[in-house]
Amino acid sequence: MTNVNNQRPLYERPILETAFYPSYKHLIQNDQYEEWGGYTTLASFASEGQEYFSVRNACGVYDICPMLKYRISGSDAERFLNRLMTRNIKKMLPDRVVYCVWCDDNGHLIEDGTLFKFSETEFRLCCAEHQIEWLLDSAIGYDVDIEDVSTDIAALAAQGPVSCSVLKKMGFSGVDNLKPFQLAVFSQLGFDVMISRTGFTGDLGYELWVNSSDAAALWEALFEAGKSRGIRMIGSTALDMLRIEAGLIMVDVEFMSCFHTVRHLREKNPFELGLHWLVDFNKGPFIGRQALLKAKQNKPQRQLVGLDIDWNKQADSALIYDSKDCSRQIGEITSALWSPVLKQNIALAFLDAPFYEGNKSMWAEVYLHRECLWERKVFECRVTPKPFYSPERKSLTPPEDL
Amino acid sequence: MNSLINAIIIGAGHNGLTCAAYLARAGQSVLVLEAAAEVGGLARNRIVANGEQLSSAAHLLHSLPQDIIKDLQLEKYGLHYAAQHLKTVSLNKNGATIVLNKQLAMGDQLSSADLLGYDRFYLDMQRFSKALLPVLGKVAPEIAIEDWRQKLDLLGLGWSIRKLGTFYMREFLRIIGMNLYDLMDEYIENTQLKAAIAMDALLGSEWGARSMGSVLTYLYRQAGELRNNTGLALPRGGMGTVSQAIAKSARQSGADIRCNSPVKHIIIENNKAVGVVLETGEEIYADTVISNADPKQTFLKLINPDHLGTNFVRQVNNLRAKGKAGKLHLVLSQKPSFTGLDDSLLGERLVIAPGMDDIELAFNPSKYKRYPDSPILEIILPSVRDDSLCQNGQQLLSAVVQYLPYDDSTNEDQNRTAMLRVVIETLEEYAPGISDLIITAELLTPRDIEREFGISGGHWHHVELVFESFLFNRPTPLLTRHATPIDNLLLCGASCHPGGNLMGIAGRNAAQQVLRGEK
Ligand SMILES: Cc1cc2nc3c(=O)[nH]c(=O)nc-3n(C[C@H](O)[C@H](O)[C@H](O)COP(=O)(O)OP(=O)(O)OC[C@H]3O[C@@H](n4cnc5c(N)ncnc54)[C@H](O)[C@@H]3O)c2cc1C
Repeated sequence: MTNVNNQRPLYERPILETAFYPSYKHLIQNDQYEEWGGYTTLASFASEGQEYFSVRNACGVYDICPMLKYRISGSDAERFLNRLMTRNIKKMLPDRVVYCVWCDDNGHLIEDGTLFKFSETEFRLCCAEHQIEWLLDSAIGYDVDIEDVSTDIAALAAQGPVSCSVLKKMGFSGVDNLKPFQLAVFSQLGFDVMISRTGFTGDLGYELWVNSSDAAALWEALFEAGKSRGIRMIGSTALDMLRIEAGLIMVDVEFMSCFHTVRHLREKNPFELGLHWLVDFNKGPFIGRQALLKAKQNKPQRQLVGLDIDWNKQADSALIYDSKDCSRQIGEITSALWSPVLKQNIALAFLDAPFYEGNKSMWAEVYLHRECLWERKVFECRVTPKPFYSPERKSLTPPEDL
Repeated sequence: MNSLINAIIIGAGHNGLTCAAYLARAGQSVLVLEAAAEVGGLARNRIVANGEQLSSAAHLLHSLPQDIIKDLQLEKYGLHYAAQHLKTVSLNKNGATIVLNKQLAMGDQLSSADLLGYDRFYLDMQRFSKALLPVLGKVAPEIAIEDWRQKLDLLGLGWSIRKLGTFYMREFLRIIGMNLYDLMDEYIENTQLKAAIAMDALLGSEWGARSMGSVLTYLYRQAGELRNNTGLALPRGGMGTVSQAIAKSARQSGADIRCNSPVKHIIIENNKAVGVVLETGEEIYADTVISNADPKQTFLKLINPDHLGTNFVRQVNNLRAKGKAGKLHLVLSQKPSFTGLDDSLLGERLVIAPGMDDIELAFNPSKYKRYPDSPILEIILPSVRDDSLCQNGQQLLSAVVQYLPYDDSTNEDQNRTAMLRVVIETLEEYAPGISDLIITAELLTPRDIEREFGISGGHWHHVELVFESFLFNRPTPLLTRHATPIDNLLLCGASCHPGGNLMGIAGRNAAQQVLRGEK
């Protein structure tokens, strides 16, 4: 691992810049900086609305350098990961990516992330929070090497209907053959670019991974090719809108890692987040299996669902009640959005049993700030399937040439 | 898989054997698999020269409870004493020995204040050790558990502390976390006397007398001794005969004991232990598997980690098992003579620990993986009491050498040889001429003990006996009451409550748990 910044003592260490930051610095117009994983990142570059629409209509680019990346290699790599993850990793083909979650011994969720498989003995795990301790301790007894390569690798997400066309224009011929969650390495730029058809927007999109030293060249090539197609850097505000429409959960919003919860029972298991499909009890032992088997015997007391709210005001942080008089709370909203593309008021919410199932009516209590006055409103809402938005192009191979 | 055997026990240490005996007596079919050629584990005999045998690790019997001796009819099966109620004699280069005989301390150099202080110390410590007794013999009660039996056990401990009365209860709670060095300062001045007392807290421990928790280990050892009425005893024929007696008793009840049968791993199906695979490849199935091996061996070597969680492996991996007790064995051509020691006391427990600072100075280097310049010794000359051990007037000397580091350096062999020389030089200072009597000499370091007895770190108690690994936290919070995260797999060795020493309680209690169906 190389990181010049790390050589200074922690208390003197400035907030870090990602490998792409010097390339896109000139595009920052409104100084909406925010810290993410120790890095300077942007909530928005110029206009969050335009950034949002660049992904739904053209190509938006998000800097994902602050994500943690772990190289997991060695003869036991696959066996190690199959024990670590609740999913069956042995079913994974090489050059594929899967979304996965991992739990502690108690079946409590630690985090979610994406796992890239290059071969039986070489994987990469990508996630938002530091896992090195857990990974190293989990490696006791396995012939596996775990290396934090977060700063060695730089990555951009290029998402939106024209993203494939832009990549083709860059010279990555054959990129259009990548199926969702497939990856391949391209060397047309003179250096290796690993491209995976993955993303966090629920749209057609790719993630581009290079050695940090090639970051500037990649960015230049991408933006040169995308210039005529409305390519644009996007910030986290737009990304958050996009992921809510896609029904994707976010750590510290929909759940908190059991490493960080203080109060007993604030931990979550995968079932409560509606991630049953990620837990494979038939694959043999894995961490948390016994506890999850037990948890599965009963329906979760609460579960995350999608909500549709009858009104046009975003229902941020609203509490949910079983009746209009708001006497009994049955849940709360974790993420809310007035969806520009759906023209629908959507939210992710935790609801108590039995409200997360069936078509029961319920009410959201929303506080609105209007001309310096707070108003309390109660809107009817109902459970609705996720993802809220899922365009056909997301899974079409090859994608339409735009 | 249909198993014909009720229980497989991995390891024929005295705890594994005790467990086997109790299970067999209850009608279970039991198979004990021992890696070594003989039963006994740390309590087996060792042939040092031409046929001379002596206790290989443990050499003094002090904590084997009366009820186990009776239940298993050990006296019928060969447990006899060559000596009981040994006194402790602290040697002195200038001949100023101190003799401790229970409540009585004797020595010309002791002031009347020391004598009174010792008397008061002895009585107070007896009182406090008794308060620990209610939980010592039982499976450690869990906290925050609804089971009434466990609640009663916890209440029993609480009550026995409360019963001390307000003054002594406060005193108990004040001292229980203290170090012995400071506590003894409140009673006694003479440093040689204090050092002799401190031996009981230090032998087998990673720590020194000034380390936190040494009062607890001291009381613990005392409490163990309260459960039998032979005091410090020498079993006739060496410690191996105790294990042999337990093995005989177990066999008599139908247990099958196989030596030279190292277990390679434990077979687990659907989170359940169903049998074992031997090094030879032989597979044996059983309803229950009970491990007398220490937790690090059991979980980090004998089990495929796929079956374990990381929180659990972390706890096991972090268990403290840094053995610092070595063992010296000498065959002498005749009785040695120690300066100032009356010949009649040669068969007692002899201690070389000149003072509290000397203990600390012997302890310090071990923290940095170095060997002490002057080790602390607990010496027994078993052949003085037991003429079955030696012929031609030869004598055996067995000594625990405290504060040898776990040496995993490439110089291990040279270091061992050098240390052996240091130990003999130390002995020479107390028994001039003893070096000329030596026919055979060997020193086992903690690393040697690890290798020979299959115990991680070569630790006396398998896992350090300290406050954080005590009662319901022994050996770790995820491994209490003999149960493990794997169904039908239990632990029965010294790492379980109530800990190491020849006690057999861990083995008996594990059997009880199996019979109660708690596994
Ligand atoms: C130097 C020294 C001196 C001591 N002195 C005394 C003393 O004077 N008095 C006293 O009371 N206590 C003493 N002790 C402590 C005492 O010896 C131990 O606490 C006690 O013997 C532990 O008994 P156990 O049955 O739990 O385990 P052990 O005696 O350690 O038995 C474990 C058994 O499991 C076997 N095993 C391990 N792995 C496998 C495998 N994979 N397959 C098959 N078998 C396996 C081992 O070979 C061994 O036989 C001393 C300890 C040491 C190290």
